[in-house]
Amino acid sequence: MREVALHTGSIPAAEAEQTADAVASVDRSSRKMTLNMGPQHPSTHGVLRIVLELDGETIVSAVPDIGFLHTGIEKECEVKTWQQAVTLTDRVDYLANLSNNLVYALAVEKLIGDIEIPPKAQWMRVMMAEFSRLNSHLVWLGTHALDIGAMSVFVYCFREREDILRILEMFSGQRMMTSYIRIGGLALEPPRGWQDRVGKFIRAFPSKVDEYEELLDTNPIWTRRTQGVGYTPLEDLLDLGVTGPMIRAAGVKWDIRKSEPYSSYDKFDFEIPTRQENDVYARYRVRLEELRQSARIITQALEGMPEGAWQADAPKIVLPEREKMKTQMEALIYHFKIVTEGFRVPAGEVYQAVESPRGEIGYYVVSDGTSKPYRVYMRTPSFGNLQALPALLEGRLLADSIAALGSMDFVLGDVDR
Amino acid sequence: MFPDELKDNSVAAAIDARFPDAITGGHAERGEPTLFIAPSRIMEVCRFLKDEQAFIRLSGITAVDWIPADPRFEVVYLLHSLDRNLRLRLKCWVAESEGEIDSVTCVWRSANWYEREVFDMFGITFRGHPDLRRILMPTDWEGHPLRKDYPVHGYKYSYQDE
Repeated sequence: MREVALHTGSIPAAEAEQTADAVASVDRSSRKMTLNMGPQHPSTHGVLRIVLELDGETIVSAVPDIGFLHTGIEKECEVKTWQQAVTLTDRVDYLANLSNNLVYALAVEKLIGDIEIPPKAQWMRVMMAEFSRLNSHLVWLGTHALDIGAMSVFVYCFREREDILRILEMFSGQRMMTSYIRIGGLALEPPRGWQDRVGKFIRAFPSKVDEYEELLDTNPIWTRRTQGVGYTPLEDLLDLGVTGPMIRAAGVKWDIRKSEPYSSYDKFDFEIPTRQENDVYARYRVRLEELRQSARIITQALEGMPEGAWQADAPKIVLPEREKMKTQMEALIYHFKIVTEGFRVPAGEVYQAVESPRGEIGYYVVSDGTSKPYRVYMRTPSFGNLQALPALLEGRLLADSIAALGSMDFVLGDVDR
Repeated sequence: MFPDELKDNSVAAAIDARFPDAITGGHAERGEPTLFIAPSRIMEVCRFLKDEQAFIRLSGITAVDWIPADPRFEVVYLLHSLDRNLRLRLKCWVAESEGEIDSVTCVWRSANWYEREVFDMFGITFRGHPDLRRILMPTDWEGHPLRKDYPVHGYKYSYQDE
């Protein structure tokens, strides 16, 4: 019955839910089977292990087992100086490293208090954060399509991702672990001629998004395997701590870039895409639209980039220019102090949240007034989202688990930290 | 004791009106309202905030180790209200000798993993948690890594002996 219902075009998620429940409630005399999925399973996008209990093809229970990628980043932050810890934040979510840099820098700057980030640095930060959103969504789209059986999209997405990585390399010297956003501004001055490279990429990009859309939406396998799959009531998602595109695909118009604007996001004109279906397909549509909106933001940043300094005028925090360091006594002293001891941050605590490609990423930073963080708690979106995994899988078919899993878009480094 | 700094805060006032002895302090440093709650009242206060003050989201739970202070641990609840676009921070002091606090998993299901993480990293037990076991560290791990008296390189793998 269900086969017929599902494979004759699009059906609403809520209806699919009912059919799935009907399948699950059929009393079978068959023996239950426990299946170990991961931690070395390609569709778990990292090292996630799920213990599945199956009744035939239906998942009775799913128990995620995490921690395989736990590297103790929060602990490590406590023995680094404030500025050194920036490099650790990259490693948390290695696909959206600049969002992590940004949230950490914003949190520490809020703790410092009397530091003003010049407009150019703020706009640059927005542009870089949006590039990391493009990067992350492209990797997600490519691998998710690959999991579901649309193989060529992967190659198209990674073609554009390569361009983005080259742009990141041009700015920071690094492709992935950029650490480009630092406390007090940026790591390096934007290179000469960056406008040409970014402009060339971003003018071509919207048509590339249309290309992915056409490749996937005209693919009947893709639409049938995503529509009506992975539905979970919105109340459950919110209660389980899910944020980001997943709840926007359930109709919640919540984006921290709009609700609590940071780093001059309020000066940019963009939309928050939402859908109502709350299934894997809706999550794909939301992310696809976010690619377009991010491209819009980057275009605006490119065209309206303010002139001026790219670092704050805070000699005790920002390293002096090389020239000044060699000619001015004070600059030399500041340089020595920053390099040997690091700067001190007033005692206190802040919670700063930003919208990462996966949802709310929030750093709760505590200072005891020394030159090292006392505590850095990372509220990572993947950790929150992954809690909803049993709700997405239980009572559904095993074959749908790959689609549901992929639609959550978690990064295991982000989960385990 | 109701903090003067939060006199204009409607949420703090609502908690104070309902649970007169729950708030033990608080501040609004850097524009972020923070309330200290008596540990025995945390579950009631959380339920009240979720049901009647629209704090439907729990962003996270963490802890801070203030050794050698007594009580030693500060358990921090990061609350968020979507409808009101508000954030609120609740804090409870937990003494090392006691090492226990009520679980809020019955209020927000998301607390499940957050509390397991705090248990794993700090060794604080949550009463009434449905499945309190280690989440990030291996099950046979000794010690709680985010405590301040836990060395960064761990206990077992000291390089000095080699």
